[in-house]
Amino acid sequence: MNKILSKPESLKEASLSYCPGCGHGIIHRLVAECIDELGVREKTIAVAPVGCAVFAYDYFNFDVTEAPHGRPPAVATGIKRTNPDKFVFTYQGDGDIAAIGMAETIHAANRGENITIIFVNNANYGMTGGQMAPTTLIGQVTETTPFGRDPKREGYPIKLCELLATLEGTTYLERVSIYNPKNIINAKKAIKKAFQCQIDGKGFSLVEVISNCPVDWGMTPLDSIKWVEDTFIKSFTLGVVKDKIEV
Amino acid sequence: MSKKLIKGNIALCEGAIAAGLHAYFGYPITPQNEIPAYLSRKMVELGRVFIQGESEIASANMVMGAVVTGKRAMTSSSSPGISLKQEAISYMAGMELPALIVNVQRGGPGLGNISGSQADYFQAVKGGGHGDYKLVVFAPNSAQEMYETAYDAFDLAEKYRIPVMILSDGIVGQMMEPVEFNRPDKKEFGEKSWALTGCAQREPRSVQSLLMKDGALENHNIKLQKKYAEISKNEVRCESYETGDAEVVVVAYGISSRIAKSAVKLARKEGVKAGLLRPQTLWPFPSQAIAKLADSKAKFLTVELSHGQMVEDVRLAVNGKTQVEFFGKAGGGIVNEKEILEKIKKMKLGS
Repeated sequence: MNKILSKPESLKEASLSYCPGCGHGIIHRLVAECIDELGVREKTIAVAPVGCAVFAYDYFNFDVTEAPHGRPPAVATGIKRTNPDKFVFTYQGDGDIAAIGMAETIHAANRGENITIIFVNNANYGMTGGQMAPTTLIGQVTETTPFGRDPKREGYPIKLCELLATLEGTTYLERVSIYNPKNIINAKKAIKKAFQCQIDGKGFSLVEVISNCPVDWGMTPLDSIKWVEDTFIKSFTLGVVKDKIEV
Repeated sequence: MSKKLIKGNIALCEGAIAAGLHAYFGYPITPQNEIPAYLSRKMVELGRVFIQGESEIASANMVMGAVVTGKRAMTSSSSPGISLKQEAISYMAGMELPALIVNVQRGGPGLGNISGSQADYFQAVKGGGHGDYKLVVFAPNSAQEMYETAYDAFDLAEKYRIPVMILSDGIVGQMMEPVEFNRPDKKEFGEKSWALTGCAQREPRSVQSLLMKDGALENHNIKLQKKYAEISKNEVRCESYETGDAEVVVVAYGISSRIAKSAVKLARKEGVKAGLLRPQTLWPFPSQAIAKLADSKAKFLTVELSHGQMVEDVRLAVNGKTQVEFFGKAGGGIVNEKEILEKIKKMKLGS
């Protein structure tokens, strides 16, 4: 019998600690598959965030360091500048990258650091129990927006890709999702392209993955996927936001 | 051996470069600005890494990234900037990363002023960030020692896998003195069994301070404490001057120790048996040397550019055996040798 699918070498034999139905498992797998296919596992140094993906080093089968909340782009800068031959990526959530770590994100992008960021946007702080994130939608109810996010009180959801696209230092920015197989395939293509961008020394790349958080959203996994399709991506439009790889 | 008239801050840079500094990350703040300015040229000329970070927070985290791969890296700042670096410092203590952090102290609290000061002693030696951790803290008192300490700091940091701080001040940092470049350029750095270098021909590694499994963090803390005990045993540095028969021992570090030494000399000229004990490491602290002098019933006068921080450690070491007094000024005030002399004489009379 021919084996047509197996666990990527870049994933360890481990049970994920993510909640049932959470998108992180799929995104981890896509990242691992891309690293395998690009043959960079043995020169990868990844940076785990503070947030749901904090245990990434327990799942990824390559070198991973921890970073303080929001600081992965700075830590990745330190790694890549002193080891330009290594493959360096960060894996971060919305609160990590666009709230507490916004300065680190913008400045790493603006310096055109030759790193890749996998940004998982699930519109709330998952690890701490579902509080408002910088990407929480208007009207969305969270632990800390019990009446729904009101722009007068809490401001507007931040569109990070569009924000970073204004910076000359950024090379490749794309927003994808994983709510159905077609989008999962597309997400993998984007991640691989972003990784290739770094391998080719073309500079800063970021893939924003619109994901679901059924437990903290108070939905079944199926309802959460439906919410991504019907509501989330209506506000966060999918697609390439910036691509100057060929320039 | 070549000798050059340079500022303390520049001497520190030269020591770090000779030690094989691979990367510097910093953010402007007075009175340490000579360090990033000098290294921004020198590091690039040497083909090494220099980045002016967007903040002290980012700079300290860039250091974390460089040292987690086993490279030698440092950051520098002055007091308010060091407060911002405490997050990364606590993480690096937990992750057991050998970074160098330099604090060229200025006046505080808050934004304070840009005068030399010694008011960050507690922050440096008692753990300015969260958690039970220690840094090795050096207190150079001359441009020569800025050079030598910066050089030695990296070997010590790597030997014990611990962040090292050089606690200098605006005066030592900015005064010019002849410096002898007496350390060879370091070229061999050895393999590091823990560094993240990509998992070719080995199992993947991770470096972390988050330890959630039952008992893991408790055990990690016990391991750190054992390491700190080992360092306390082996790495105390202090200088004694005329303490043998001293009736009054002045304890002072950094710039205060220079002034205190002049006062001790003046006292001796007047026939007063005074001495100086100068901690060169503030942690580990020379408690045993002080305790030994306390047994001989010498009295202690602690002199600092603060309102009394190190004096608490002197009192702990003396443990009630003899009198401990304090004299200091902060916020830009500088003690002078005549004032210290008066204090010494008063203590002597009190006997």
